[in-house]
Amino acid sequence: MTQGKVRVLVAKPGLDSHDRGAKVIARAYRDAGMEVVYTGLHQSPEEIVEAAVQEDVDVVALSILSGAHLALVAKVVGLLRGRQVDDVLLLVGGIIPDEDVEPLKAAGAAGAFGPGSNLDEIVAFTLANIRRRGA
Amino acid sequence: MELADKLLAGDRRALARAITLTENEDPAAAELAAAIYPQTGRARVVGVTGPPGAGKSTIVDGLTYLYRQSGQRVAVVAIDPTSPFSGGAILGDRIRMRRGTVDPGVFIRSLATRGHLGGLSWHTGSVIRLLDAAGFDAVIVETVGAGQSEIEIMRHAETTVVVLVPGLGDEVQAAKAGILEIADVLVVNKADLAGADRLAKELDMMLKLGQPPGAASGEAWVPPIVKTVATSDEGLADLMAATERHQRYLAESGRFETRRRRELTAEVRGLVRELAGQAACAWAETAGRWERAVTAVVARQSDPRTAAGGLVREFLERR
Ligand SMILES: Nc1nc2c(ncn2[C@@H]2O[C@H](COP(=O)(O)OP(=O)(O)OP(=O)(O)O)[C@@H](O)[C@H]2O)c(=O)[nH]1
Ligand SMILES: [Mg+2]
Repeated sequence: MTQGKVRVLVAKPGLDSHDRGAKVIARAYRDAGMEVVYTGLHQSPEEIVEAAVQEDVDVVALSILSGAHLALVAKVVGLLRGRQVDDVLLLVGGIIPDEDVEPLKAAGAAGAFGPGSNLDEIVAFTLANIRRRGA
Repeated sequence: MELADKLLAGDRRALARAITLTENEDPAAAELAAAIYPQTGRARVVGVTGPPGAGKSTIVDGLTYLYRQSGQRVAVVAIDPTSPFSGGAILGDRIRMRRGTVDPGVFIRSLATRGHLGGLSWHTGSVIRLLDAAGFDAVIVETVGAGQSEIEIMRHAETTVVVLVPGLGDEVQAAKAGILEIADVLVVNKADLAGADRLAKELDMMLKLGQPPGAASGEAWVPPIVKTVATSDEGLADLMAATERHQRYLAESGRFETRRRRELTAEVRGLVRELAGQAACAWAETAGRWERAVTAVVARQSDPRTAAGGLVREFLERR
């Protein structure tokens, strides 16, 4: 756990225009006492990673409904590595079929949450898995 | 210190981490602040304040773009309120700040108030210094949109831009909250909506009523009123010109230096109070003086001020 507040970036990559899920998880994180940077729709992986760096977040939570989650996660992970960001917890939520969960984890997501996921569970998982960070 | 060197060399992750340490009041932050201080004082700071939803973030996005066009590096500090219920916050100003997202000449940081009142976060001043030391030419600070009591931004910004919109009964509100007194530039945003001209006229009248001596001769600054439609960049070039005119006015009239000296005096004075107070309290505690002093106050034998004065005298004369 970091000293101070947990900071989360909730981002919506891709072209779909439904940010209800993203807003719901943003509120759940806020209600759990976290500081949530919400960036709005249509974020490119480059924008997401740059925002994660500038905002110095502990968690990047991607909300993806477009079906392109595997490609997007791989891209974000690659960009994070390129910036030597290795202490951020990457999570994905959205329309994610069960069979994609393991491949997403293999690609570098710490957690993947499909449509049936429970908000409390996601928040608890997040708090339990935040990486310890050095200055 | 490694972090300070990296920050001064323009490392964005180091800058971001330095801001976090500062916000969290990490012991390393004071050392860091001291290390970078000689490299500060170069950035100009513009504050943008006004009621919720007035278009502050949209305006900041437009200004950032214009500053970039003129070759300046821009940092943005965007402040949103912490929820008093959960201690969490949703920081949403980035939604409207989309043009500089992958520009290496732009750095945007969202901060939560964490219980601080007055539209800023506790460490706004220190965060501005970090951005200044990291080499940004301009730092734009967007305050919480509370619509009142945002005077504090004046302490940090050389130029304070107050954004109002038609249709909120702003004129009256503005006068009440003293928002006209803090404005160096007044913006009537959403000029595409009905009532913008009327709002601009009313503000103009109110400004004329309260005009400072020297206004007519051009010796005192009279806030210009700029009409904008931030969503389509209309009027934003005028706004940028107005902020630049104000900065020139400050520099040429010598007010820039006077103001800076005054603010730094206040900062040092505040810190002397804080540090001296801490030292005296720590001494009184370890020297076992609290109990006696407080007991006398509880028993109505001594009033609180006399008791405190006695402790301070003892502290100063201790050996
Ligand atoms: N019609 C119109 N809408 C505008 C204009 N400028 C901003 N808006 C809209 O007003 C809404 C609020 O804009 P923001 O820039 O988020 O306002 P803000 O003052 O930063 O809001 P807070 O940070 O929440 O206080 C958005 O939907 C903008 O698109 C304008 O000039 N005209
Ligand atoms: Mg805003």
